[in-house]
Amino acid sequence: MSISQADVQRIAQLARLQLSEAELVAYSVQLRAIVSFVDQLQAVDTVGVEPMVHAIELSNVLAADEVRAGLSRGQALANSPDHDAECFRVPAVLG
Amino acid sequence: MELHLASAAEISRQLVTKQISAKEVVHHFLSRISRLDAGLNAFVHIDTELSLHQAEQIDNRRASGDALNPLAGVPIAIKDLLCTTDMPTTCGSRFCAGYMSPYDGTVIARMRAAGMPWLGKTNLDEFAMGGSTETSIFGATRNPWDVGRTSGGSSGGSAACVAAGLAPLAIGTDTGGSIRQPAAFCGVSGFKPTYGSVSRYGVVAYASSLDQVGPMAHTVEDLALAMDVISGHDPLDSTSLPRVAPGYAAGLSQTPLRFRVGVVREQIESEGLNPEVRAAIVNALSVLKDCGGEVREISLPHSKSWVPAYYVIAPCEASSNLSRFDGAHFGFRAASGDGEKSSSPLVDMYSRTRSQGFGAEVKRRIMLGTYALSAGYYDAYYLKALQVRRLIRHDFDLAFQDVDLLVGPVTPNVAFRLGEKVDDPLQMYLEDLYTVGANLAGLPALAIPCGRSQAGLPIGVQLQGKPLDDAFVLQIGHRYQQAIGWRPSPAPLS
Repeated sequence: MSISQADVQRIAQLARLQLSEAELVAYSVQLRAIVSFVDQLQAVDTVGVEPMVHAIELSNVLAADEVRAGLSRGQALANSPDHDAECFRVPAVLG
Repeated sequence: MELHLASAAEISRQLVTKQISAKEVVHHFLSRISRLDAGLNAFVHIDTELSLHQAEQIDNRRASGDALNPLAGVPIAIKDLLCTTDMPTTCGSRFCAGYMSPYDGTVIARMRAAGMPWLGKTNLDEFAMGGSTETSIFGATRNPWDVGRTSGGSSGGSAACVAAGLAPLAIGTDTGGSIRQPAAFCGVSGFKPTYGSVSRYGVVAYASSLDQVGPMAHTVEDLALAMDVISGHDPLDSTSLPRVAPGYAAGLSQTPLRFRVGVVREQIESEGLNPEVRAAIVNALSVLKDCGGEVREISLPHSKSWVPAYYVIAPCEASSNLSRFDGAHFGFRAASGDGEKSSSPLVDMYSRTRSQGFGAEVKRRIMLGTYALSAGYYDAYYLKALQVRRLIRHDFDLAFQDVDLLVGPVTPNVAFRLGEKVDDPLQMYLEDLYTVGANLAGLPALAIPCGRSQAGLPIGVQLQGKPLDDAFVLQIGHRYQQAIGWRPSPAPLS
């Protein structure tokens, strides 16, 4: 499977990245080479093989439902680019 | 003895017997840093007042007769990917420039509790994505053995500062080789523990199923002492192994008299392996034989699939992990556009912020991961890679029925020149061909110096063990260093 420039444009949108024309061309070339490289995995016989998501497979790791101290409001807002001391402020969702 | 020629264990002994104070130790390294780091760029943040204050506190505690950790007062440099409340955590990225974490990561909290002063935060490839530290917004870290060459990456700063005698210990992270490769390039020892051994809480995530924190130092004994501080179950990390860590340092002398060593045929015979590196590995094997190792050749049939599988899985996980960087709650936010009408100012803010905040390599991996996870491609790429991952792990499981330890190269070559591989991402990725297997399979893997090239550049040997066999891997590494009379040997800098 070869990755086209249109694919890269679509991916950039999904990943919330803005690419200039020049960047679109440059990244497309690079991504095409990388995708072409990883495509060799297609040749590996994986019939009946379970996907392995984690190196060490733990399951049902739960914590007791107990209240613990968290960040204070001030701490949570401290690194915010824009806030009103109560909430994070962001641009409007809809224009 | 000059403190930068001492191991952390030796410094510890001097502190415990009160021959020196923690303040003197920290002062020694801080003055070396102020003289020598400008030529290396290993550190991205120093706070001499803080470091000396931390040292002073430990000296006071020792004077009051408090029971202290063996590493109390021994200073450490920290890869700028671990969240610290008292120093910024930049991740080598514009996105997190100046970011002050509201909490300490678990590894940080444990080192703080052990009384280890910070020397500073060290340079890294942006968000730990890279093999040369060249993608950092702070510029590359130079190799102390040849400043025209890279220190490796992504933990290049941590490796370089130990190699240059600017710190006796450092913390790195390893997702595809990011502790081991810089350790090999810089002539120091580095350890990636079994996945889940060290908490990832407070470590900025690159690829969650692959990332591990690990120590870097001159000697394996020092690595073991550091592991004793940082490892063990953490309820704040759901991937943390539910067990008490063994005493790694105490266990070092318990080396079995005989052990079985496997050399991976696909690695030792690979064309791209520099003959000087191969010769150094063969030499290391002969030392291990003298230590009681019985060497045989084994095969890991899916070796060729390691790098492609890694460069699907890691970018996929990264694309998900880095979606939190959107300019909304913390970090960089791009200035608003020039009043153009938009259907969603918020989404535009996300896109503008992420485009300006991330460097090219990070964007490449995010896009690669987004592609491989997108509808229509998920099965062919991500799922396929995870299936191959299980086959890769199975190769190791079979091999470990016949051998106890795998020994081989860390890298195909010695440290490359700065700028040599920046234009060809794929060339950079191929450097990882011996290291990513341990991350995919979750195995413990140690990189220790085993020789130099003709030009004097360090070469490392990799020791890999079964999952949870960390203590054994460290024992053999320690045995090897004893056999060759290994001592901390910082690079000769003026």
